[in-house]
Amino acid sequence: MSIHRSTPRLTRRRFIQAGGALAAGAILPSALFARTGGRERLVVVILRGALDGLAAVPPHGDPDYAPLHRELAIDPPGSTGGALALDATFGLHPELQFLHERYAAGELIVFHAAASPYRDRSHFDGQNVLESGLMQPLGGADGWLNRAIAARSVPRTSASLAAQAERAVAIAQNVPLILRGDARVLSKSTTVAPDVDEELLARLQDLYSKDDWLSARLSEAVQSEHLGDASSEVQSASAMMSPANPVERITASARMAAAIMRSEGGPEVAVLEATGWDTHANQGGAKGVLAQRLRGLDAALGALGNDLGPLWGETAVLVITEFGRTAAMNGTRGTDHGTGGCAFLVGGAVRGGRVIADWPGLGAASLLDDRDLRPTLDLRSVFKAVLGEHLRIDAQTLAARVFPDSTQARALHGLIRA
Amino acid sequence: MTLQPEIAVMRFGLGARPGDLAAAASDPRAWLRAQTRGPAARAGTTELAASNEIFEAVLAAREERREERLEAATPDAVKAAGAILREAYQPHYRAQVLARAQSAAVTAQPFSERLVHFWANHFAVSADKGAIHGLAGTLENEAIRPHVNGRFVELLTAVEQHPAMIAFLDNQYSVGADSPAARRAAVRPAPLSGRPSRRFGINENLAREILELHTLGVGGGYRQEDVTSFAQILTGWSIGGGRGRLAGGDPGKFHFRVELHEPGAKMLLGKRYAEQGQAEGEAVLADLAGHPSTARFLATKLVRHFIADDPPPQTVERVARAYLKSDGHLPQAYAALIESPEAWEPQPRKFKTPEDFVFSTLRALELTPSGPQEVIHAFDLMGQRQYTPGSPAGWADTTASWDGPDALMHRVLWASQTAGRYPQGTSPGEVAGAALGGRLRAETATAMRRASTGSQALALFLMSPEFQRR
Repeated sequence: MSIHRSTPRLTRRRFIQAGGALAAGAILPSALFARTGGRERLVVVILRGALDGLAAVPPHGDPDYAPLHRELAIDPPGSTGGALALDATFGLHPELQFLHERYAAGELIVFHAAASPYRDRSHFDGQNVLESGLMQPLGGADGWLNRAIAARSVPRTSASLAAQAERAVAIAQNVPLILRGDARVLSKSTTVAPDVDEELLARLQDLYSKDDWLSARLSEAVQSEHLGDASSEVQSASAMMSPANPVERITASARMAAAIMRSEGGPEVAVLEATGWDTHANQGGAKGVLAQRLRGLDAALGALGNDLGPLWGETAVLVITEFGRTAAMNGTRGTDHGTGGCAFLVGGAVRGGRVIADWPGLGAASLLDDRDLRPTLDLRSVFKAVLGEHLRIDAQTLAARVFPDSTQARALHGLIRA
Repeated sequence: MTLQPEIAVMRFGLGARPGDLAAAASDPRAWLRAQTRGPAARAGTTELAASNEIFEAVLAAREERREERLEAATPDAVKAAGAILREAYQPHYRAQVLARAQSAAVTAQPFSERLVHFWANHFAVSADKGAIHGLAGTLENEAIRPHVNGRFVELLTAVEQHPAMIAFLDNQYSVGADSPAARRAAVRPAPLSGRPSRRFGINENLAREILELHTLGVGGGYRQEDVTSFAQILTGWSIGGGRGRLAGGDPGKFHFRVELHEPGAKMLLGKRYAEQGQAEGEAVLADLAGHPSTARFLATKLVRHFIADDPPPQTVERVARAYLKSDGHLPQAYAALIESPEAWEPQPRKFKTPEDFVFSTLRALELTPSGPQEVIHAFDLMGQRQYTPGSPAGWADTTASWDGPDALMHRVLWASQTAGRYPQGTSPGEVAGAALGGRLRAETATAMRRASTGSQALALFLMSPEFQRR
């Protein structure tokens, strides 16, 4: 697939203006469609359940890999079902064809032996640390991406912040932690819903006039609905229904994100999530359960690239998970919760075609707690670089507001094309 | 103190059916306490299939599908084979969802029923995992309902030995490295294919989640070596059935497979457990149930569920103390919760989950679902598909997790659809009054009177701030 050749459908967008009982001003803040900020786009894909980095990015050049990962190991490039070649040490899982193409095109950076600062093995705490950007799983009610967006909007007061147009969208019914916080965000799920009676909405708005919390959400909901109505792509993404199959669901989410980002005045930042990576049993190798999930992820990223069309050149897509999995196969042909894993940064804005890994090796002496890939790269170093170079958030803000306690995790350099 | 019957019925129960507020009026605390005795009522109105029957039927369907696929000559035939499995488990899933909603809609013991839901979420299994398609509801009905008002150790043991939990957390094939099965395999010659023979070993999943999610909690004082050791203790906790060498036990029921069990004494949390087969794991569960970290973790979750997202520390302390003092007798912990002054603060601090919203709506409107589709539709729309929290942590129990503009819009949609189907001729004002009692605000009553249709008035009531919180 060549994503650059695809012709974007440049339809003139139609905004349905509310009428009658709903004077537009009553529900739609005037700032809604005003463009702010730059043209760069950031998509974050969170893989919940802990992706096996040693399957997604097999270190086939490490002599300890195959004996440890056993029948889950991906064979070296060149053999049937073997890895797609990256360099002498690393490959990509054979189902990650789109990512491999982007690597060849210089648009993919693969990170390995990477982890958040979290060192225990609970999914839920691990996701909290990954998304809050803090050192501890508890105590953070907002996410680093929201703090970054809030910092970027340069508000004077929280009141003016609340009046800002939303610069981010979560493809979910409920906003995930990474996007929770002071900056307002949209949320849009792939569940199709028929139109709701506008008079009822107006009366509800009235009923909520003394309830700030419900009132704010209803206003945002009405805006999201209208943003959705306005774009035929959003509708066609909706028309894919909400597939019961999680492999297809992530593609539906990706297409919806692309459609919303492309709509006029659409947000620059999107967050998607995909579950089903917790492969304790019968994980499979080149084929099998995890392979299917990876194929689904790859297809979703391909669809995102395709649907973003001309925006792909300004886009960076960050694919992250809460931690890696054990270096050795467990007793049920799967892997248990681990530590170090992989991450991807892909997009037209990415200075890619590289693997960034300070590889610790999988030898017995190198493993963390005799079981896990030892992390040598703090994911916050990646996040800081992306926010700094791509969204142009200054180092001071990153250190003080977005990632407090992150002096150990210095930003990487040169991840984004100048 | 004011609004006590309303608080008992809405915060602790599932929302008011007409008459509930009157029933709780004379002594709200006694009304609650009376519901914490004996097993919870059976779900639904008809007999549901037992887990072992469903397990066997699904296994048979898998086998049939495999054979059909081998014989299938056309793509359509392959597709048809895929439907065999779905036809085996889906009717059970649907029947369980319907029974659950029917019970929630009509029960006269709504506190007891909410406690069932609470523990089912604490011990969450997710029906979207292939191995337990059709089984998720059986854990709630077979392991939780009988023990919801008993001692925690009984509840815990019943849950961890339920086939749905064993299969959900992959324990059935977790094998001790020195178990008889592993030793037998080790002396067998390596296959000629060149692939290394399967290495037997443990799977940590069940052991970790028991410690992290079911008992001690994540900060509860265990380490990786405890997880590993506990996984070894639990080797052999499996499901009966199977063929050939693995045959044994009653098909589809809990079965201890001694041939998979890691022999020898093990250390866990600084204590030595002598080799006792199945009893070894049961001894660990008993110790975990009596651990102060467990008391604190369970108390925190109960207080968060019933009182506030940020549980008041003194209430947690009170409930944890009652739990420990009574040796984990759950009704004592519930009583401490009910006796806490924080429980009766009139300001509602919990935003309803979609589940709360659907069940309280069914009760307020006296709707009893007659088929599964309407229930499934509601939960799909609002993003809480029954028995599919997706992870063993269960559904989140805080406002932030259900907070999103899109989520609110889906509530409005469902409220308006449901109100639109409600029979004409009833007075929306009376419905709201019976459901909200003294909680009904003047603003809401006025907005309902001004509504342009009866169904719009009902939708406004369902979406009112006072009905959206408990």
